[in-house]
Amino acid sequence: MTTGLAKGDFPGAGALRETGRLFALALDVLVNIFRKPFQVREFIQQCWFIASVTILPTALVAIPFGAIIALQLGTLIVQLGAQSFTGAASVLAIIQQAAPLVTALLVAGAGGSAICADIGSRTIREEIDAMEVLGVSPVQRLIVPRVLASMLVAVLLNGLVSVVGVMGGYFFNVVLQGGTPGAYLASFSALAQLPDLWISELKALIFGFIAGVVAAYRGLNPKGGPKGVGDAVNQAVVITFLLLFFVNFVLTAVYLQVVPAKGS
Amino acid sequence: MGAEVVIEGLTKSFGRQTIWRDVSLTLPPGEVSAMLGPSGTGKSVFLKSMIGLLKPDRGRCVVNGVDIVTCSEAKLYEVRKLFGVLFQDGALFGSMNLYDNVAFPLREHTKKSESEIKRIVLEKLDLTGLAGAETKLPGEISGGMRKRAGLARALVLDPQIILCDEPDSGLDPVRTAYLSQLLIDLNAQIDATILIVTHNINLARTVPDNLGMLFRKELVMFGPREVLLTSDAPVVEQFLNGRRLGPIGMSEEKDATQMALEQAHIEAGHSDGTVGEDLRGVVPQIAPTPGLPEREAVRRRKDRVMQILRTLPPVAQQGILDSLTDEDRRRYGITSGQAPLSARPALPRRGERPSPAPRPGYGGDMSATQEIAAVPDAPGRRA
Repeated sequence: MTTGLAKGDFPGAGALRETGRLFALALDVLVNIFRKPFQVREFIQQCWFIASVTILPTALVAIPFGAIIALQLGTLIVQLGAQSFTGAASVLAIIQQAAPLVTALLVAGAGGSAICADIGSRTIREEIDAMEVLGVSPVQRLIVPRVLASMLVAVLLNGLVSVVGVMGGYFFNVVLQGGTPGAYLASFSALAQLPDLWISELKALIFGFIAGVVAAYRGLNPKGGPKGVGDAVNQAVVITFLLLFFVNFVLTAVYLQVVPAKGS
Repeated sequence: MGAEVVIEGLTKSFGRQTIWRDVSLTLPPGEVSAMLGPSGTGKSVFLKSMIGLLKPDRGRCVVNGVDIVTCSEAKLYEVRKLFGVLFQDGALFGSMNLYDNVAFPLREHTKKSESEIKRIVLEKLDLTGLAGAETKLPGEISGGMRKRAGLARALVLDPQIILCDEPDSGLDPVRTAYLSQLLIDLNAQIDATILIVTHNINLARTVPDNLGMLFRKELVMFGPREVLLTSDAPVVEQFLNGRRLGPIGMSEEKDATQMALEQAHIEAGHSDGTVGEDLRGVVPQIAPTPGLPEREAVRRRKDRVMQILRTLPPVAQQGILDSLTDEDRRRYGITSGQAPLSARPALPRRGERPSPAPRPGYGGDMSATQEIAAVPDAPGRRA
């Protein structure tokens, strides 16, 4: 129950309230994941949908991404005189940073915007209200399958980006920069270790969750009419991007503290 | 019998703008009530607050002993299964065809077999005149059809409370008449509590047992239909007659200058927007289609109204007394159309009284109630 006083009107109250509601939805989603019945059909449809709009662009982005890392690191490492570690450095950069981010940007940009537009138009057509009135929780019925789908697709795409990125890096390093194939491959395990792969997949999982929840949140709360839905989609993508980079920073900082670098 | 809805001191505002305040009313179980009001007085907001889609600032809304404003989410979803809600635009799921839309609540809340679902869905679609349109998507049909499909979906779980948000908007007068008849027939069959939000005067005069009106952020009145239909309140008079002259303006309120100007225009011979007849007064209510059971609500309401008769305005009393049959007069001990001298409590016929106690044992299993809504389809019986 809100009274006149509880409606805070200090500067920034609105932003805090929105943040709080976003977190509330995230918690709701987490709780509802374990509530039966699980919407298998919706989940599979959404997985298929998100995968179909993201696979190709992700692969296409991953190749040049692997390439620029290889080229940039390649020149830098030659200057430092550590050519034999080129492979190791690009594997680390791609798997730990590039792959989850590229994946998340595409899941948010292609999948999240579609989720947000879909939920948003359902909201303004009162479909969400109707569903609640029929005693069906829209969070459980619509949001949970979408969030889980974007998480799963993010994790799977992350693998794809890692492979494609590393292959791209290999190609550019070996073919264009005259690196030795053997050294590139052999140095993989010199610096990289298994936890790097885990953190990469964990990041992708978390980013997928964020993309799904933010898209759903903005979709459930469009401001006024069809134009509001357009604005909501726009905001969903922007907010997700901002959150992604921030969360990525936090996760990286924590990971580097917790897991000692190989050989140190 | 339908559930009773008790609303006490409900207040809702968006930001600084108060929509309405201190709305208190009781929807008597099993009766049809209607809420009137000019556009933009928050009638839809009222409806949405009643089902917990919007959170009122203050007040209580008690359905079957559960306060919707303060109860937990799980409880809220449970209570909502008692409701059937018809939204203004039908609010159908755009990605499903009509059949799946109507089947949706059954598939979610019951364990019925697909063939049983099919039987119920087709029956409800037939009831709302949509037979043959099962495979159409909501985007492919007219607004009136969407509305009727929305009603079919609202009815499919045999709700105890039916809320209709402007069932008549977007429908032609004939379809509105059919819809009015349908609502009354439904009430006769399943004895559900019905609340209709509308600004269709014809529907308001002939369908409901109880009438209320929202204006200027307040509930102007709510009570037996005779009270509002015979009311002298300027706002009611203006609204029922659809006149420009009166407190309701094009925007929410009217100032004194505007009223004086309009009054001057009328006196100069300019039309006030009506044809001159007063539409107030108690007109006969729609009865269920012949062949259907009588509405239990009529008898219950008569008992209730006769008990509070003394408290009503004299015109309303007269209207009620005039509408009594000879049998009623004998029952309530009234002679020659005068109000009873002693405030004699009316005796219920079968010891059955509207009870505010919660109905036990409702767990979403509708298997025991599904037969009730069956519509007699033998055409001979309607003759």
